Amino acid sequence: MSALAVDNIGIGFGGLTALDGVSFRVGNGEIFAVIGPNGAGKTTLFNIVSGLYAPSKGRVQLGVDDVTGLEPHRLAQRGLSRTFQNLQIFFRMTAAENVMVGRHLHESRGILAQLLALPSVWRQNRATRAKADELLAFVGLSAFADRPAGELPYGALKKLEIARALATEPRLLLLDEPAAGCNPVETQEVDAVIQKIAATGVSVVLVEHDMKLVMKISNRIHVLNQGRTLAEGSAAEVRSNPAVIEAYLGRRKGEADAQG
Amino acid sequence: MPEFLQFLFSGLTIGAIYALVALGFTLIYNASDVINFAQGEFVMLGGMVTFFAAAAGVPLPLAALLAIVVAVAVGLLLHRFAIEPARGASAVTLIIITIGASILLRGVAAVVFDKNFHSFPPFAGTTPWNVGGATILPQSVIVLLGAGIIVVAMWALMSMTLIGKAMVATAANKLAAQLTGINTRAIIGLSFAVSAAIGAIGGILVTPITLTSYDVGTLLALKGFAAAMLGGMGHPFGAVVGGLIVGLLESFGAGYISSAYKDAIAFIVILAVLFFMPNGLFGKASAERV
Amino acid sequence: MMAALLQSRYGIVLLIAAGIVLIPLVTPSTFYLRVAILVYIFSIAVVGLNLLMGFAGQVSLGHAGFFGIGAYAVAVGPTHFGIPSWASLLIGVALAGLIAYVVGRPILKLRGHYLAVATLGMGILIAMVFTNEARFTGGPDGMPVPRLVLFDWVVRGVTTWYWVSGVSLVIAAAIAVNLIASPTGRALRAIHDSETASHVLGIDVARYKLVVFVISAVYAAVAGAYLALFDALVTPVTAGFLRSIEFVTMAVLGGLGSILGSVVGAAVLVVLPQMLTVFHDYEHIALGAIMIVFMIFLPAGIVPSLGRLFGRKFS
Repeated sequence: MSALAVDNIGIGFGGLTALDGVSFRVGNGEIFAVIGPNGAGKTTLFNIVSGLYAPSKGRVQLGVDDVTGLEPHRLAQRGLSRTFQNLQIFFRMTAAENVMVGRHLHESRGILAQLLALPSVWRQNRATRAKADELLAFVGLSAFADRPAGELPYGALKKLEIARALATEPRLLLLDEPAAGCNPVETQEVDAVIQKIAATGVSVVLVEHDMKLVMKISNRIHVLNQGRTLAEGSAAEVRSNPAVIEAYLGRRKGEADAQG
Repeated sequence: MPEFLQFLFSGLTIGAIYALVALGFTLIYNASDVINFAQGEFVMLGGMVTFFAAAAGVPLPLAALLAIVVAVAVGLLLHRFAIEPARGASAVTLIIITIGASILLRGVAAVVFDKNFHSFPPFAGTTPWNVGGATILPQSVIVLLGAGIIVVAMWALMSMTLIGKAMVATAANKLAAQLTGINTRAIIGLSFAVSAAIGAIGGILVTPITLTSYDVGTLLALKGFAAAMLGGMGHPFGAVVGGLIVGLLESFGAGYISSAYKDAIAFIVILAVLFFMPNGLFGKASAERV
Repeated sequence: MMAALLQSRYGIVLLIAAGIVLIPLVTPSTFYLRVAILVYIFSIAVVGLNLLMGFAGQVSLGHAGFFGIGAYAVAVGPTHFGIPSWASLLIGVALAGLIAYVVGRPILKLRGHYLAVATLGMGILIAMVFTNEARFTGGPDGMPVPRLVLFDWVVRGVTTWYWVSGVSLVIAAAIAVNLIASPTGRALRAIHDSETASHVLGIDVARYKLVVFVISAVYAAVAGAYLALFDALVTPVTAGFLRSIEFVTMAVLGGLGSILGSVVGAAVLVVLPQMLTVFHDYEHIALGAIMIVFMIFLPAGIVPSLGRLFGRKFS
């Protein structure tokens, strides 16, 4: 049984086909990368899998459940979490509070108890905070815990999104360009964090432009081009696939091949 | 049938005024993203200044012209001293500023003029025409014609003149407009001036039918706002259609359903439209990028 | 010591309570106590509205509608149906919550200006019912409100109302503070910053918007009932558009997202017109000018701006 099965999905926006007939499976504890040139449909794919868009065709399966078209919070309940390419940080909250929000599904949420601030709510707040501190330490952001998120440097925000997503205790984690805009040191750190996450048995699906990172940590790579699947396989297989090379390096080589 | 026609005529007349208010909203909204709740006060100024100037002995046409000039001046002052200094503020802050301006203008009108209802004689006589058993006031025709001329003039301004194109460009993308050398600040000021003039003309045209007083602006602004929403915020054509629809619904609702709830009908329909078509009749759905 | 107290969770609530206790010691004048009562009653409504606007980031230009439901409940219930005032108050508050629940579902899907116009329409519709159903409400002239009686205790007189409204405000503020520091409060603040991220993290965004909308409607209805009982009179102005705008202005003026700000905002907008009654004709001019000037120069609101000035964070 795979953690995620995407089956022949497609979606269009105003006559423009963004994705068509894309299928793949992600195994438990696997690091699975989705790559492709800009506009290939990677983020659209993430938006469908995480429930932000409903596909016009095809099926998304988490474990054994068909989850196509379910709302994002329902998917979160089923163990899916994600980060965003354009950061979606809660800027008016502190770093720790950002992660605490991620604990939402694991908190008891009786509204009356909360309005009256019963002792159980206080205890729970402390437990949530402790878990948030643990996760901040996991991604190396302990020093920022009580700082407003708006004051954090870019690289730290990327890691904060990962910590927040982990707070939901996902079985499947989608990371949308976790290393984009990071310097080499920060990229190293992100790399290490992803491997640590996968080591705990969480399946990771990764969209990333940093090919060095992708090739190094991915078990398998799925290549998209203009909304369609171009290739799928190990780093070595994808690297030597002529269609992939053509898509990345342009038509020149393809033409040369055809002529030669 | 005569009844139906009667409701149709009165609905179109009042709808034309809502359309002008909505058009004014749209102009300012497009240029500056500001919802100007003081739009109704321009209509009030149009009627009140004309009445008091005429009462002071100024010939009616001159009085009307004066009213437009006053409204434009107020519009420019509003932009210069209330909107400009608050650039970059949140939508709620801007809403409060324009509502504050609306209350301020109403207060000034109550002090400078008075708190009574006023009217001046219709421009083309008072003898109603009989059409299919319904009566039309000549002034209603003037309102519709006037509104029609303004709409056509606005369209011509937007599509044929350089200034109009600069306004359209500013509405579409302020930064890009600035980069091509358009003085967007002046354009936003201009949109306040034009929108004030449109409101004032509406007020002048309709006062012989509906009367005016210092506080007519609030409800007009709300309904004009609703009309602009109905048409799809930011669409001049939608604003005009929305205004006419609100006017017609109100007139037929008052006639056939309940005159006590005349004002309610417009809002009920608008709520319904917002629920089923959150972007209005002509607005495009905007996809959120994440 | 003072600073530490303010930083603590109930610091703001204690500060408000201290103010309420001190004011009668400083000025026993009935006139000032009456003004204070109005400030406390409006503050209750504004604290609720601030939960909706300041924390969850959802605007409402129609909260006077809920305020009016509370106010008319304590007028209509005893007068026409023989229901005791206290029960009418509870019924009115429940009704406001119920209407918020029903209307909130579709309305809260809207955003920004569209949400503003929808709530505005809702508020105006509620006010119209009060104006038009003259058989029950007395129409535009309004109707008298019988005194509140609790177990043979007639709640009347300025001193009594001062303590009733003051204690109620402290309770209202404490409950708001509790909510903010709870999982629900974090969810609401998260929704304010990014609905998408909140949704993905498992927060049922639509449900939480509805929850806070209902809570804020309940706050408004309680305040409305108090005002009607205190004034012994209710008119459609209670529920009108301008009242809604007043609430929003109080919330923004004091500071969105600041409980103390809600009280300060209410105080400014209640006290200033009282001082300006001398210039009765210029009251509107002054009110409009105040709204514009404050929004331009203190867009973050009084309390957050002062907090920044003194380098301290009030909440």
